[in-house]
Amino acid sequence: MELNGKSISNKTSILNRVKNSSSLGDIIIILVMCTLLTVAVGNKFLSIDNLISVCRQFSFYAIMAIGMCCVIITGGIDLSVGSVFAFSGVVTCMAMTDWKLSVFSSVLIGCISGLAFGFLNGLFITKLELPPFIATLGTMSIARGLSYGITGGYPIGSLPDSFKFIGLGYIANIPTPIVLMIVLAMVFSFFLRKTIAGRWVYAVGGNEEAARISGIKVDAIKILVYSLCGLMAAIAGIATAARLGVGQSTAGQGYELDAIAAVIIGGASVSGGVGNVIGPILGAAIMGILRNGLVLMSVSAYWQQAVIGVVIILAVSFDKLRNKKK
Amino acid sequence: MDEELLLMRNITKNFPGVQALKNVNLTLRKGEVHALIGENGAGKSTLMKILSGVYQKDGGSIVWEGKELELHSPMQATNAGTSIIYQELNLMPNMSVAENIFIGRERKKHRFILNEKDTILEAERYIHEVGLNIDVRTKVEELSIAKRQMVEVAKALSVRAKLIVMDEPTSSLTDREIAILMDVIRRLRTQGVTVVFISHKLSEVFEISDRVTVLRDGECIDTLVTKDCDESQLIQMMVGRPLTDIFPKSEVPIGDTLLEVRNLCAGKLVKDVSFELKKGEILGFAGLVGAGRSEVMRAVFGVDRLTSGKIIIDGQTLRYHRPSESIKKGLGFMPEDRKLQGLILGMAVRENTTLASLGEISNACIINSKKEREVSLNYIEKLSIKTTGIEQKVNNLSGGNQQKVVIAKWLAIKPKVLILDEPTRGIDVGAKKEIYALMGKLAAEGVGIIMISSELPEVIGMSDRIVVMHEGCVRGTLDRKEASQEAIMNIILRENMRKV
Repeated sequence: MELNGKSISNKTSILNRVKNSSSLGDIIIILVMCTLLTVAVGNKFLSIDNLISVCRQFSFYAIMAIGMCCVIITGGIDLSVGSVFAFSGVVTCMAMTDWKLSVFSSVLIGCISGLAFGFLNGLFITKLELPPFIATLGTMSIARGLSYGITGGYPIGSLPDSFKFIGLGYIANIPTPIVLMIVLAMVFSFFLRKTIAGRWVYAVGGNEEAARISGIKVDAIKILVYSLCGLMAAIAGIATAARLGVGQSTAGQGYELDAIAAVIIGGASVSGGVGNVIGPILGAAIMGILRNGLVLMSVSAYWQQAVIGVVIILAVSFDKLRNKKK
Repeated sequence: MDEELLLMRNITKNFPGVQALKNVNLTLRKGEVHALIGENGAGKSTLMKILSGVYQKDGGSIVWEGKELELHSPMQATNAGTSIIYQELNLMPNMSVAENIFIGRERKKHRFILNEKDTILEAERYIHEVGLNIDVRTKVEELSIAKRQMVEVAKALSVRAKLIVMDEPTSSLTDREIAILMDVIRRLRTQGVTVVFISHKLSEVFEISDRVTVLRDGECIDTLVTKDCDESQLIQMMVGRPLTDIFPKSEVPIGDTLLEVRNLCAGKLVKDVSFELKKGEILGFAGLVGAGRSEVMRAVFGVDRLTSGKIIIDGQTLRYHRPSESIKKGLGFMPEDRKLQGLILGMAVRENTTLASLGEISNACIINSKKEREVSLNYIEKLSIKTTGIEQKVNNLSGGNQQKVVIAKWLAIKPKVLILDEPTRGIDVGAKKEIYALMGKLAAEGVGIIMISSELPEVIGMSDRIVVMHEGCVRGTLDRKEASQEAIMNIILRENMRKV
């Protein structure tokens, strides 16, 4: 059974999988950045406190990017996540302060509001056949407007401590947002790799027509991924509100671009069919470390944007070049 | 009139696995209308693509106006004075008629500025020359197909083409539009332009052409003066080949009805189609390209919406007409284009083989990886798919092996009925034989098979019965005993005769 032997070697070790995946480039970039920063600013970067704070910082982006990743694997895009991020945070805070609901129900309502926006995106894209770019550009504006509308633009503060735990607390000495990110990453990784629906997500992005002919309910899968993306944006938004102790309608402006950048740096293809959960986390990590490093090296915030842009271009070109060689 | 414009001598062209043209000779005289006929795959389009520089010939020579001509690009052919009008018109629908005529050769002033006045004046001249009476500022998308074709002709005139090739120009025209086109062709002839007219409709060939060349299996059978020959003579020349291929069609007992399609209508190309398929039967679907065969199957399987009709599989009527429902009822459908519709090219062999049957290797929606590997290994072995392993990306497989992966995907659902749309298109002879053998084996196991094929010998060699379709309708059904290429072509071509 020569074939059997081959199939076993095909299963390959994790080491080989890393070597062949697009994650390798990202890991190299992270290592290089860490080394450079250690040389440049020494312990200011390498201290446990700083590293944990970097991780906490990018965990919010990473959570959004995981949801975005599913959308991008189907060949779509979701521009509304930054606004949904703000809307869910605001709704959760209002539920606690104005409607006097318990922390649990408030968070649940916040999550449902994000899920609902995602579901709406999915409906617009499948049933009205709007291009994802247009549909989510619309909901981006709607969610942002609603956030301003229901709060009158004022931030919502004085939140209970049990809520703030989501953003500020620790579970087994690890900050809650990081734990949240790891758990969600594991859940999504399982979903994409092991479930039927996960396989279908890749199939839809790989070849929609072939997927349809293979009996896959393409519309249902699309609605599912946009809903999940909305949900993840909501979770990130709620966690951020908990961390800052305030729900703001201005939160998350431009975060959609950060989330998309993290996914792309993570090796997903905008034409669909390719990507995994590790990618966006590494992508978010690269941007997080970079921001932190620039702050430590006292680079003005004005210049940071430009540097991040350069890194996005570098990371993706690196990946392209490597694929070409193969 | 007898002066030669073009000589194509001993033209040879090979594609991987097939010799598309074998020593083809074609002589075109100045100012003649020359019809080019032959079955699908006879080499007409290939020959014309060589003439237009799209393909490069592997052997032979082209003499244009007495001088040897080496064509390396479509641009060279255009500059020499040839112009091809394809079935899918190459116009920009959102631009005006005038802009389309001069696309790529825009009239300009001061080097960079478009000269709209000249564009319109010149365009008007060419549009009048083809006898069209429209405002050249009209957008092309507002024109009927026939008028668009005239615009293409005008465009050809504007580059002072001496030779205009029309590839099945009448296939989507109404009778009145065809009459207009024929007038234009006659006018071109009086102006000394040579026209090559490719058509499946013999009536048109007799109406318009001076001479006719018949191609078959990549060979030039003969060139005749049209008025000296008759219809049955041409049909004979087009199809009269011996059945050299061997089809392993074994006699299988035919059982009860498995699939019944009643009065199916869908889109523009499926008009009131009914047929039935029995257990162990191979039902062939013959017809010209565009006869609506694929469209029928897409509607049966639920890929395209149907407007009316009833589909019964093994006694159960389909209710939702979706692929997922059809698969559940035991229907498999291998579409005609494996790369665009059959496979997910970026995925591995393993993922492609199990894509339609994931439910069977999963518990509570979670895929059992061990079972999945077993299933794909099993089919790799069964169909002898040549791959480095189940994790190989299907992208890297040869055409025949890709086709086998698509078949594996449908075998994995354990189908009662399997629809194969052009199962052997673009694959080598060895793989073809394997697929024929597999079809025979499946039929022996009681699977009902529908095979659409544009290769008549294949349909005749493999089918128990043959449904002949033309222009969206079933025109006739032939038994294995009465099936012959002449019989099939007769059903198709006589139909065209009757219409005119």
